[in-house]
Amino acid sequence: MRLNLRPAIAIVAMLSLAACATTSADNTADEGPVPFASTYTPRPSTPTLIRNATVFDGNGAELSNADVLMRDGRIVAVGQNLSAEGATVIDGTGKFVTPGIIDAHSHLGVYPSPSIDATSDGNELTSPNTAEVWAEHSVWPQDPGFLRAVAGGITTLHVLPGSGNLFGGRGVTLRPVLGATTVQEMKFPGAPQSLKMACGENPARVYGSRNSSPATGMGDVAGYRQAFANAARYAARMEAAENGQGEPPDRDLEMETLAGVINGDIILQWHCYRADEMANAIQVAHEFHFQIAAFHHAVEAYKITDMLREENICAAMWADWWGFKLEAYDGIRENIAFVDASGGCAVVHSDSEVGIQRLNQEAAKAMADGRRAGIEITRAQAWTWLSRNPARALRIDQETGTLEPGRRADVVIWSADPLSSYAVAERVFIDGAVMYERGAQRDPPSDFELGQTYSRGRAQ
Amino acid sequence: MRTLAALLLAAAIATPAAAETILINNGRVVTNGAGGVIENGDVLIVDGRIAMVGANVAAPRGARVIEANGNYVTPGAFAAMSEVGLSEISGSGAPNDADIEGELISAAADAGQAFNPNVTAIPVTRIEGVTRAAIAPSASSTIFDGRGALVSMSGEADSVFRTRAFMVVELGESGANRTGGSRAALWPAFEAALRDAREYPARYRSGQGGAVLNEIDAQALQPFARGQGVFLVHLESAADIRRLIRFKRANPSLRFVIHGGAEAWQVADELASSGIPVILDPLVNLPDHFERLSARLDNAALLNRAGVRFAIAPGPGSVDAHQARLVLQLAGNAVANGLPWDVAFAAVSRGPAEIFGVTNLGRLERNYLADVVIWDGDPLQVTSAPTAVFIEGVEQSLTSRQTQLRDRYNPRNRRR
Repeated sequence: MRLNLRPAIAIVAMLSLAACATTSADNTADEGPVPFASTYTPRPSTPTLIRNATVFDGNGAELSNADVLMRDGRIVAVGQNLSAEGATVIDGTGKFVTPGIIDAHSHLGVYPSPSIDATSDGNELTSPNTAEVWAEHSVWPQDPGFLRAVAGGITTLHVLPGSGNLFGGRGVTLRPVLGATTVQEMKFPGAPQSLKMACGENPARVYGSRNSSPATGMGDVAGYRQAFANAARYAARMEAAENGQGEPPDRDLEMETLAGVINGDIILQWHCYRADEMANAIQVAHEFHFQIAAFHHAVEAYKITDMLREENICAAMWADWWGFKLEAYDGIRENIAFVDASGGCAVVHSDSEVGIQRLNQEAAKAMADGRRAGIEITRAQAWTWLSRNPARALRIDQETGTLEPGRRADVVIWSADPLSSYAVAERVFIDGAVMYERGAQRDPPSDFELGQTYSRGRAQ
Repeated sequence: MRTLAALLLAAAIATPAAAETILINNGRVVTNGAGGVIENGDVLIVDGRIAMVGANVAAPRGARVIEANGNYVTPGAFAAMSEVGLSEISGSGAPNDADIEGELISAAADAGQAFNPNVTAIPVTRIEGVTRAAIAPSASSTIFDGRGALVSMSGEADSVFRTRAFMVVELGESGANRTGGSRAALWPAFEAALRDAREYPARYRSGQGGAVLNEIDAQALQPFARGQGVFLVHLESAADIRRLIRFKRANPSLRFVIHGGAEAWQVADELASSGIPVILDPLVNLPDHFERLSARLDNAALLNRAGVRFAIAPGPGSVDAHQARLVLQLAGNAVANGLPWDVAFAAVSRGPAEIFGVTNLGRLERNYLADVVIWDGDPLQVTSAPTAVFIEGVEQSLTSRQTQLRDRYNPRNRRR
């Protein structure tokens, strides 16, 4: 059945852009097409050659006076003196070119602007386990935040449910497609869904105040373990039924998500601040044999860098948030740099509709503070925290995150060194097509903003 | 005797630092004043004040000379709004003196009485070049949040250098929410409170009592209601700003500063002629509230062009106890969106001082207090950091709880 076949399908979909929008979930007879499948199609593009720019390739290399060639939505080549007949040529002299920024932790669409009761749509806080809900079903494509994010160089974002329960539900990887009317138009083709889990203070506060479990850290862990124990049994019964042994269990959407984690076709994004709680989470993963893709926020990741590296778990972090809760008290500005220096997978994330607009500045802070602490970090290395590493954490690194030939042409042209506060994104390409151009006078892409005083005389 | 000896010893230890004569040599000196930016400039600090600024200032005998090597030398930054010193940890049920619930005290709340110079956020803030902050409490159910204070980031016992420096009042969306949900009720409530305050103590002694304020709040509000102090008004929309400008015209003795003003660019000319300054957040560009549907990133640049006085700080709702250091990043982003550098830097140093009527901070000019920062780069770049921080001429430690954690876990140190 679906759960066991999904990983193979996901890989197939990743390899085949055209097929993925319509790929069916599996080839068993009793299943229809994949519900809520991506209908994303790249915008029309022309072959484009950016000439003579400083290029960060997303893999840690910086190239001077380099050219970037995109065609049919893919990176064709990065190098010197490239030529391409019929290509649109952009003079990149004095400019910088990077892979688009990937934010592994966003709530755009599920907590959109304007922030009112009706739009507080990001956390189904009705039970400590709402693994059955999907963030994408709350995404409001009109969120004006998508435009602001693209203007900050974002080409891919992972939208997660909130962290008030142990199992928040499934997250979704999106393209910030401006003017989309459905979330399916925004779904990154072939990208796996995630399960959002949460450690620590948030679930204990929310449910403890309702005098129900979890009220404590130990309640948190008991809640994870019982749910995965149930899911393991569900997955086993499902597999047995597929092998002709017994009836499959009644379909249970909550179990389906958790079993998907155990089977590896749903990746795990785990909100966890403290080192000791991340270590406990890793024990849960060992007990039930699943992989954690990334810890999010991971304010104390710098205390367990070796453990994270050995477990192959990314840490998605802020540059400098701290102090707003006890579990964020030990935040230091070198967290990202220390994870990177220890050979780990360091990711700069936003968790903020404001921060997502300038994640490059957050990477710049971490780079500078790391250097002051004696860590050698090149600016091209710092860029891996913004594109390649989040792509890994989201399992889309074979598709995007670097400028390797064949990758999707998700490219930003910056006015200056993007690790400067003064740099702005001048042009943002998604799949080789211009999604954003600074200074272009256009009506706001979000219907919500149309006709408001906002749009009068305003450039995007 | 032992006490006296201890005092003398303390004085002996404290005095040399405070009285130190320091020449900062060969910096890119941002005076924030008539001197503009002086390349290869020197700054002489004597007795905690700026004694001289210029090219080729001679070092007096015994002066400590610090080479700036052409790096930026600036006045300390002034966070025009913060909750620093009002909590160690703001959430998690930890004590948080920034948040006031209930209606026992509103206008009379006094941030200066709550400030704690020993919180770890103060060194964290100071080592990023912020030497001063305006702090204010935040109420949840009354339109007056209370009285703000101006504080130093020295961490010393005398850090509060002005109490009751301004009165925070909500005259936008959140104000409306505290008066039954409507601006139609908010403005009459505000005007009634002003009348109560002006008629204090007579109407309270007569037994009539206040229309909307209790006696304590009326007393606290009185100087502000009489134009002897400034109201720091939380509002965002163009419509609310126009209401305030009209009110100011009808009540010319009252003094207002807007905190927020996301839509100020739409009424920039009217604001300029009203003389009302704005403390704005250059990162606010989302229609996240209906009162700021027209927020845009170049608000600061547009206000500057129109001649509006302004400072830069986190907007209402973004003010916190831990990240006052980010005001410099905010200013840098205003530069990215069209504001001249010198105006942006002034908006996080001289501007806040002027808005709060502080006449001896915010410039590197003779007789100004010697809050001075030497940087390793452009202070508005997020990649830059101070290499030395002076508050009133006293060199500050560049250690914080965070740098101690850093040093404990630095992978470079571990390998040794």
